[in-house]
Amino acid sequence: MRPAPIYHAFRQALVEAWAGGAGLLLPVGFFGGTAILVPFSLGDSSALLATAGPGVLWLALALSSLVTLERVFQADLQDGALDLWVQEDHLISLIAAVKILAHFLVSGLPLVLLTPLVGMMFQIPAETTVTAMAVYGLGGVSFFLWGGVAAALSASVARAGLLIAVIALPFYLPTMIFGSLAIQENGAGTSDLFLLASTLFALGVAPPFMGAALRLAAD
Amino acid sequence: MWTLLSNPHRFLAFSRLAVPIAYALGTIIFAASLYRGLWQVPPDELQGGDIIRGMFIHVPSAWLCMGLYVGLAGASFVWFVWRHELADVAARAIAPIGAAYTLLCLVTGSIWGKPTWGTWWLWDDPRIMSVLVLFFLFIGYIALRSALETRQRAARAGAILAMVGILNVPIIKFSVDIWASLHQGPSVIRAEGPAMAAIYLTPLLFSFLGQIFIVSAMILTLMRAEIFTQQADRLMAQRLGGQ
Repeated sequence: MRPAPIYHAFRQALVEAWAGGAGLLLPVGFFGGTAILVPFSLGDSSALLATAGPGVLWLALALSSLVTLERVFQADLQDGALDLWVQEDHLISLIAAVKILAHFLVSGLPLVLLTPLVGMMFQIPAETTVTAMAVYGLGGVSFFLWGGVAAALSASVARAGLLIAVIALPFYLPTMIFGSLAIQENGAGTSDLFLLASTLFALGVAPPFMGAALRLAAD
Repeated sequence: MWTLLSNPHRFLAFSRLAVPIAYALGTIIFAASLYRGLWQVPPDELQGGDIIRGMFIHVPSAWLCMGLYVGLAGASFVWFVWRHELADVAARAIAPIGAAYTLLCLVTGSIWGKPTWGTWWLWDDPRIMSVLVLFFLFIGYIALRSALETRQRAARAGAILAMVGILNVPIIKFSVDIWASLHQGPSVIRAEGPAMAAIYLTPLLFSFLGQIFIVSAMILTLMRAEIFTQQADRLMAQRLGGQ
């Protein structure tokens, strides 16, 4: 197996997101917009915001992973790149994993980096913010991987946004639970290890299934 | 037996006999167990009194909806590996019945929960959460299948989703258990005692058995309908082709 197509797929995914402009701005805007709406829906009591804040941001990250997933594989299906990738054994799984990783770097990681700012606005204590960032970074990978399976399965469906959400959300639950518990425990418990374990599981299991689903889409 | 039945013609011949028999057996057993459970069994003096009668519907539905998801994943696996067309027909038939049973389980559980726990719904009960997630897994499966155009695509995508789903079920279950064990909710006081008296257990098991027959008959009926639909489509195509 040649590494070149994998590298190019990674680069292309990054470049497309940067060049598109809105590709990067969209999830950030979604995340920021959700965060701004929260005080107006929950009330501006700082005690409430500080408690609810990490969970709300965690939810916003999960949802924003879904916003852009629709586009990840559809372009490759349309321009024929997918047909080339499925020619080789196993290549498609790795490319899918790499593309999802690139997608996470572009639309997940900025949200993690934005967390201190939003956390400050919500008056979340600094040490919680640090834990939350680690959790968001780790759990975000898992969200994007399971979302990627749903996106790959519905790659040939036009306007698949809601379908992807319905398929992916049950798979988000363990990550959601481990992540929110890890933030509450703030390093004192074992939930962060479970979060790590479930992310590693996703890293191992999701790519072959994405590959199988993309093979189906290319047929 | 399974390889024998994987031939659609033999399957049709078998299911033609099996469906009425399973319906009849299931109805008789289920009705008898309900009569025993709803009228003859004494109310439970320790926990909730008459509400224990809900168990004869609720508990089998919980067992069945989990069994149906395993069945869905199993049929998907068989189809994905060996491409037995009937396995896909089975998976397609199981999905709506499984979704209906998870819903039945949630609704009867709520009705049972109101008098025993004092609330219709609990977020920190692991069983409620597992069944709820199961419901969404079924819904996602049905939604994915109906979104894809050709039958072949729907079958492949559905099979992949069902297999990823069954791999995740233990993790979902584990995470939900952890979630619940950290909350000291009223779910600790469970309606059922640790050891169930035989007077309740016997109708419960018979109700389960009866419902297994009924569910099997429903699945076979849907499978037959699907096979007939495919045959009709083929005939229509032949007629359109001028043959």
